[in-house]
Amino acid sequence: MSEDLDPSRLFDFVKKALGLAVSLFVTFIGLLFVTFIIARIVPIDPVLSILGDRATDAQIAAERLRLGLDEPMWKQFGIYVWQALQGDFGISIRTREPVIEEIARYFPATLELATIATVFGVLLGVPAGVLAATKPGSWADQIVRLVGLMGYSMPVFWLGLMGLLLFYGILDWVGGPGRLDAAFDMMFQFEVTPHTGMILIDTALAGRWDMFANAVSHIILPAGILGYLSMAYISRMTRSFMMNELGQEYITTARVKGMPERRVIWVHAMKNVMVPLITVIALSYASLLEGAVLTETIFGWPGLGSYITDALMANNMPAVLGGTVVVGVVYIGLNMLSDVLYKLVDPRARA
Amino acid sequence: MSLLSVRNLRVTFDTEAGLVEAVRGVSFDLGRERLGIVGESGSGKTMTGRAVLRLIRPPGKITADSMVFDGQDLMAASERDMRALRGPRIAMVMQDPKYSLNPVMKVGAQLMEGLRQRDKVSAQIAYDKAIEALEAVQIRDPERVMDAYPHELSGGMGQRVMIAMMLIPNPDLLIADEPTSALDVTVQAEVLAILDGLVRNRGMGLIFISHDLRLVARFCDRVLVMYKGKVVEELAAKDLLAAKHPYTQGLLNCLPRIGGPRQPLPGLDRNADWAV
Repeated sequence: MSEDLDPSRLFDFVKKALGLAVSLFVTFIGLLFVTFIIARIVPIDPVLSILGDRATDAQIAAERLRLGLDEPMWKQFGIYVWQALQGDFGISIRTREPVIEEIARYFPATLELATIATVFGVLLGVPAGVLAATKPGSWADQIVRLVGLMGYSMPVFWLGLMGLLLFYGILDWVGGPGRLDAAFDMMFQFEVTPHTGMILIDTALAGRWDMFANAVSHIILPAGILGYLSMAYISRMTRSFMMNELGQEYITTARVKGMPERRVIWVHAMKNVMVPLITVIALSYASLLEGAVLTETIFGWPGLGSYITDALMANNMPAVLGGTVVVGVVYIGLNMLSDVLYKLVDPRARA
Repeated sequence: MSLLSVRNLRVTFDTEAGLVEAVRGVSFDLGRERLGIVGESGSGKTMTGRAVLRLIRPPGKITADSMVFDGQDLMAASERDMRALRGPRIAMVMQDPKYSLNPVMKVGAQLMEGLRQRDKVSAQIAYDKAIEALEAVQIRDPERVMDAYPHELSGGMGQRVMIAMMLIPNPDLLIADEPTSALDVTVQAEVLAILDGLVRNRGMGLIFISHDLRLVARFCDRVLVMYKGKVVEELAAKDLLAAKHPYTQGLLNCLPRIGGPRQPLPGLDRNADWAV
């Protein structure tokens, strides 16, 4: 179509893309501002936490100068933003390694876990919610409600421990804590190039299917448990969105046209349910990416949640703030993604 | 033989507040003619129309001594049989195109859905038929409308699309449930004229549901007046001014007339005894 080459449409697109980039940038600066303020008001002296409390005055003064702490606040913030834009979040106090490198190691573990959990949650939660909505009050609805309620109310550490006891300890169906068996872990470090840091993808890329299978057996239980929680939430929301749509008049129209119920629900109603559901799924995914601390602790999962928590316990402020910025960026990114998807599924939002 | 014959139709809702009877023993016969059903809000006219399609959502229940469409017993028909009737045999145009068209589907997809899904017609033929149907409801740029979403159309356009969509399979009976009530007065007449012409040319039966007695009288052959779920009067449209029932007279009198006397309009007289 010639419409696509229309210069006014191209201009429109460029304008929208620029607007998006600017709003992203402003949000990101806002996020950095918050973490910057936090770093200034916590009662931890950055110099002492690096040098220890037996440093001499001269050493302290030198370190203050190196960190730029003698500069005015606005300049310190400028330096912070400039460094953050280059991916420099300082040096981890505990390991003396750049924070960004540590996060690059921990975050893929969380990403892998959260993604699989969300896929579980969506694949099970959406059909369950639809089933419950189409037959309100039926036994199917009751079961979905009960399973969802259990997901809400059962503490995740209890589910995790029971899962480990049953499926690892007694039945021996799955791998135990950690991302790989100890033997494979060693092999992984020496034999597989970590392209993404996600073991499932890296081992698949390397064609190491034995290692891949072992990683699957390790991730399936924690991902299943987190997926169960996300399913509980998603099924509940799907049910109420779907009930709402099924009461709309256009549903009657579809039925008047003689459309089978399957099509009325999965095409006519579902297209409308997708609109609010996208936001729900994105938020639930974001909350998992933030790192499920309890789950990660129980399953010995070296993810972002345990990284930030450990850093916090050790007064390791650069690591805490770096992790916080990453979580913030994840939220910003998912929000933007759901905005874009929203416009794809809802023509009214495109105007 | 009549196209539709309804005997003692009842629609009841078993709510927490007790049994609500929306339609209480309505009977009528319909040939290939236009039947108007008139009444105020809550008189059960919409429920009567939907009961014919068996499209009352639970907890609503439909009962009738008999409801026969073209020799087929609707009360005994399976859900599958009903689906085969809905669309090709009995169709319905609803009140407000803002709500009755799917907001996230293109108009074209909604128009062609029946042809593609039910009749398994090829995309090209379905497209041509949809364009033809849009032209029949006097839409000037059908290609653009096919590619539009419902929110990009005006109310009058939306209702024309709805009429086009329902008339594509050439049904024998069309139920029009307040088809112009949500439209601007200026486009009401246009849409009505289109509907009138199509129904007349194709010789289909029409149930025209409205609260506007004069409109219905102009448009239909016969009129049923409903009050609280019952038919209180049935009369030929031309005899409307000779209506005997006080409720019908009340409905007639509570509308202003251009050039008529400028007095306060009389309130509608309601009497519970009429519906006993």
